[in-house]
Amino acid sequence: MFETAESVASSDGELYLKAFRFMLLARGLDDKMASLYRGGKIHGGVFLGRGQEAVSVALGIALKKGDVFAPLIRDGAGRLAFGEPILDWIRTYLGSALGPMRGRDGNVHRGRPREGLLPMISHLGAMISVVNGTLIGRRFKGVKGMVGAACLGEGGTSTGAFHEALNQAAVEKLPLVLVVTNNQYAYSTPTERQFACRNLADKAIGYGVAAHTVDGTDLEACLKVIGHAVDQARAGHGPQLVVANLLRLCGHGEHDDASYVDPKLKKGPVGRDCLKVAEEHLLQQGWADAVAIETMTQEKTRKIEDAVAIVQREASPDPYKEIWCALSCRHLSEGFDNI
Amino acid sequence: MDAPISEDAIVGAAIGAAIEGMRPIVEMQFADFSTPGFNQIINHAATLYWRTQVPCPITIRLPSGGTSGSGPFHSQSMEAIYAHYPGLIVMTPATVEDAYSMLLEAVAIDDPVIFCEHKYLYYHLKADKLPTEAMPVGKARIARAGRDLTIVAYSAMVHEALAVAEELAGEGTEIEVVDLRSIKPLDTDTVMASVARTGRLLCVGEAWPWGGVTAEVIARVATEGFGLLDAPPQRLNAKDTPIPYHPNLWTAHRPTARSIAAAARNLLRM
Ligand SMILES: Cc1ncc(C[n+]2csc(CCOP(=O)(O)OP(=O)(O)O)c2C)c(N)n1
Repeated sequence: MFETAESVASSDGELYLKAFRFMLLARGLDDKMASLYRGGKIHGGVFLGRGQEAVSVALGIALKKGDVFAPLIRDGAGRLAFGEPILDWIRTYLGSALGPMRGRDGNVHRGRPREGLLPMISHLGAMISVVNGTLIGRRFKGVKGMVGAACLGEGGTSTGAFHEALNQAAVEKLPLVLVVTNNQYAYSTPTERQFACRNLADKAIGYGVAAHTVDGTDLEACLKVIGHAVDQARAGHGPQLVVANLLRLCGHGEHDDASYVDPKLKKGPVGRDCLKVAEEHLLQQGWADAVAIETMTQEKTRKIEDAVAIVQREASPDPYKEIWCALSCRHLSEGFDNI
Repeated sequence: MDAPISEDAIVGAAIGAAIEGMRPIVEMQFADFSTPGFNQIINHAATLYWRTQVPCPITIRLPSGGTSGSGPFHSQSMEAIYAHYPGLIVMTPATVEDAYSMLLEAVAIDDPVIFCEHKYLYYHLKADKLPTEAMPVGKARIARAGRDLTIVAYSAMVHEALAVAEELAGEGTEIEVVDLRSIKPLDTDTVMASVARTGRLLCVGEAWPWGGVTAEVIARVATEGFGLLDAPPQRLNAKDTPIPYHPNLWTAHRPTARSIAAAARNLLRM
């Protein structure tokens, strides 16, 4: 299933191009989900990663097979780079019975724990200590050279869970990379109502954790800084906190028109669209020309349309065939059939 | 106040402000997200008065219950968990009018109130005008009178029960629907009086089956009013799994007018 992840590219240009392809695909899938949502084809919410693809892909691409990754709601690009099949994405949104969550959970709440891709619960901050636990477990088993990565928004840094987990990782000297994307809003709450420190990366100091800051709109910088943080963790230098700054270029979910976003931010440096910036950079560097980008765009669209067409023909979950039991030890289930 | 995402600190600060004489209202984004604040609610707010004689008048609003497509973490009904702890009042309004008057009462009450407002009330119900009078806290309401069977429900399930009562009226069965309004305190007298009239009891709750409100109501009726019953008391709850995302599964997971009607017909045959 997880065949696409492979993080070593022979040159900067190759890695950049590879990352760009994942960004393009993620943006395309996001747009498709948004249009299916508007067409009434998706139950529940749709949450996009628009504007956050560079940060997310830089993390996903730096991880290797055998690492652990706990993406959050805006990490489509990172998931693809880590090797999540696009069918997992589409099936979970469309509630296909064949998806990894089988219609039991939806949208961004998807993953494959056995393959190192942890399915988020909604409660912010809760995934970080779980990643810590996978690293502790592997350490007991004698596994070496692994990295565990978790993602969070700036809003999530206000949870107790974030602080407990960061301290835990530091005390245990775990190879954890925590990427905090400051997209300026937690739903509609602006950063000045969320934290009062100058730079979120300063939070790392108090825990004895290494910190890095990056312009999240710049793919080149993201590849470099996040790649370095992952290397540092892998080399045994303990947990790494990366703070990426950018603007969320969409609503909290597709139900939200984001009318509260300050227009000044949209025009400022954080408001740049990382995908456009990356495309311009590719052209400038001569790593791709307009024709190549057009071809990639068409390939992406075909891939998405084909996959959506497959999933739309798949069965929905059937409540009569559903096993209504939350325990793996089925013989210990009480059933509660009639109440 | 627009708060950082810090439920533990939000509830803690509300308790502190209450000690200073404020009457804080905390709004959780969803009931499900009250869990990071659980410790402060059940160990701190709920014990303060008992330990110190200083009351803790805070109101915690929990947008509760399922909506289609919301999945395991935006759908929970947590009233029974909070009701389990001494020191808390738990309100579960079923109508817009009750939501309005009970929220005002919740703020006026000198104890911590867990205010479970079902999302069904936001999306599907309207009131023509604001109520001018209200029933007292802890008093259940006869939402529909009948003499053949009592359905005890609360929150959004009252509306499912009323739909069943309407449907079965067409078959000549008169169902009495009791809307508990608050589950702690729980108005045993009104329930018992209704069971005395009908002899048959069906309790319906959207929460999970183990323990909980339906179990509590049946335990009280069975211990205090066994002789009033003409048939074994029944209950209907959600299935004992997390709340599924897909609407096909979700509609089968929670009680609906269809499954309540089936349970009612079954009970009438007993
Ligand atoms: C513990 C907890 N409380 C509340 C919520 C509800 N909630 C979901 S997303 C969100 C905003 C998150 O903002 P941020 O962490 O900055 O991430 P972003 O959405 O901006 O990517 C909130 C408050 C939650 N998921 N978890």
